[in-house]
Amino acid sequence: MRYIDEYRDARIARQLAKEISQRTTQPWVLMEICGGQTHTIMRYGLDELLPKHIELVHGPGCPVCVTPLETIDRAIALALRPEVILVSYGDMLRVPGSSSDLFLAKAQGGDVRIAYSPLEAVKIARANPDRKVVFLAIGFETTAPPNAMAAWQAKREGLSNFSMLVSHVLVPPAIRALMVSPQNRVQGFIAPGHVCTVMGFQEYESLTRDFKVPIVVGGFEPVDILQSVLMLVEQLEGHQARVENQYVRSVSYAGNLPAQRVMEEVFEIADQKWRGIGPIPRSGLRLREEYASFDASKVFDLQLITADEPAECISAQVLQGLRKPTDCPAFGMRCTPENPLGAPMVSSEGACAAYYHYRRHAAAD
Amino acid sequence: MGDALKTIAEISCPAPLPAKDAILLGHGSGGKLSAELVRDLFLPAFFNPALSRLDDQAIVNVNGTRIAMTTDSFVVKPLFFPGGDIGSLAVHGTVNDLAMGGATPLFLSAAFIIEEGLPMDTLQRVVASLRQAADAAGIAIITGDTKVVEKGSGDGIFINTTGIGIVPDGLELSANRARQGDKVLLSGSIGDHGIAILAQREGLEFETTIQSDSVALHGLVADMLRVTHDLRCMRDPTRGGLSSTLNEIAEQSHVGMELVESAIPIREEVRGACELLGLDPLYVANEGKLVAIVPADVAERVLTAMRQNPLGEHAQIIGTVTAGSPGLVTMRTPLGTTRVVDMLAGDQLPRIC
Repeated sequence: MRYIDEYRDARIARQLAKEISQRTTQPWVLMEICGGQTHTIMRYGLDELLPKHIELVHGPGCPVCVTPLETIDRAIALALRPEVILVSYGDMLRVPGSSSDLFLAKAQGGDVRIAYSPLEAVKIARANPDRKVVFLAIGFETTAPPNAMAAWQAKREGLSNFSMLVSHVLVPPAIRALMVSPQNRVQGFIAPGHVCTVMGFQEYESLTRDFKVPIVVGGFEPVDILQSVLMLVEQLEGHQARVENQYVRSVSYAGNLPAQRVMEEVFEIADQKWRGIGPIPRSGLRLREEYASFDASKVFDLQLITADEPAECISAQVLQGLRKPTDCPAFGMRCTPENPLGAPMVSSEGACAAYYHYRRHAAAD
Repeated sequence: MGDALKTIAEISCPAPLPAKDAILLGHGSGGKLSAELVRDLFLPAFFNPALSRLDDQAIVNVNGTRIAMTTDSFVVKPLFFPGGDIGSLAVHGTVNDLAMGGATPLFLSAAFIIEEGLPMDTLQRVVASLRQAADAAGIAIITGDTKVVEKGSGDGIFINTTGIGIVPDGLELSANRARQGDKVLLSGSIGDHGIAILAQREGLEFETTIQSDSVALHGLVADMLRVTHDLRCMRDPTRGGLSSTLNEIAEQSHVGMELVESAIPIREEVRGACELLGLDPLYVANEGKLVAIVPADVAERVLTAMRQNPLGEHAQIIGTVTAGSPGLVTMRTPLGTTRVVDMLAGDQLPRIC
């Protein structure tokens, strides 16, 4: 398959791994932000190819994993209302709330539908004028433009039965929160290529400046990840800290301006809770006042549904790279993708789930 | 920011959900939830030696004749898809479940649960397709049943078929017979059926139409058995895909398995569709493929026989049975690293990004 196979080429991958070994003279702790990158590392066993000195730590960039418990509980409550059609991205359905998940809500008679695009939810609203259609609008900057587009289109058409339950998170404030943590171990970041396709990488420059930490915008195939690691190692070994772009086939400095404009039109920056991490100031998006009539948290009475996450698993330490998923006593025993105790076991892009699916043999050794 | 840091240091996780108290769609996906249902509910309720083999078919001895029996219900949406329809599928699925036990399929039953309001023309097309598929497979539909449910209580049409066949003496194929050193053979490309259905259902269009591989496999099985009866087991990797089937065999035989990723045939268009949808073809359903666990000394000869049949022309040896961690299936990636090939909990879900 063109444009894919080149980036999975075993010869190139091994060559990059060799160069990384040659360039590495001391231990470095690197974090890939995006769950898609974690998935690739585990699926292809890239950590097996790297020298022992390079430790990869898996970041908080799994949108499904970091969606707050409260949002899931609210979505489930909405789904169980007879007048509501709840539309969601597929992998949200299995995410456990406090006492249920959307699959269970569906089994209990809730009208829950999977969409590939938020615009499908708008279409469902158009086709069902007597029902209230709520789209569970979650994700990072990657899904923000299509989600914004859905609200924009609904407003333009004057759809009165469409709203969105929004839980949007932003990458740069999360990196900042990790860097200022006294426990931080991360010395270099692979920034998420899809997020940067939308946002560009201008906004990462202040992070490299403030924290003297190198950041490489990376893609999602094995060769992308290995090349990103090499670029980080070269900066670290050379005592440099700047933003570099490995994912040039998709990412530009300024990003996708029309996409940013529709985000800007519909959303504004807000404080945001992250499941497994907690609140981070100005790290999320909410609908602007002009879009209040499309904001499910205002259209419906949801304020009473709140949830605090009980302390149980070690996801905090995992997401900061302080511990590995396999360090958790519950891993693979009480905590599995069928019965996840914690956020990173929820989606296939979560660090714990990626370890569970692809690396159990290593844990067993 | 101070508060944020404090919270980060005290991170927390949700409590586990209670045991499932309602049936979920995932219970029918052929993955872990389905297996739990069989293990915890059906098997204890109906326990007997024929059932407890948990193969695709039961084999019982009646007056010296080894009779294979199997049943399957078909609830596919859409009813008609490129490469087949619910009618042909209802024949192929059941014939294949018989064939995987080495049985020669003889008779089928067909029971229809029809939703009120289904156009007569649709039913006629489905019935004609059933007839055609049965004729092609050389099998007769000798009994049946019809029920009609109120509009909204069904989804157009559901079909159940039960099949009966005869197994030759001395032939023992079962998922608990895989042994260290055996080879894992796959009859052709994976993922075609699942992706054809998904593409049709979601209105996804690709440069070429992806066709379901739905087909009766008993002819291919007969060709393989002509080489030797010394095969360990055969399975058709339907729901849950290749990975679920191999995990089941590894678990029931208490062996490990190591696959070679580059040996597994996948069509370019199926790979492309899976990339686009974020799906792993190892978990996508097939309706015209089989995997066989074969002793190493006959593997090449069986492979040659498979390749001489058009239904097995792309057959490959895709892995080896190992003594490693029992029940664990691993795979050598093209990069020379190793990963686990897990069984899914429920249906594969499209990812957000």
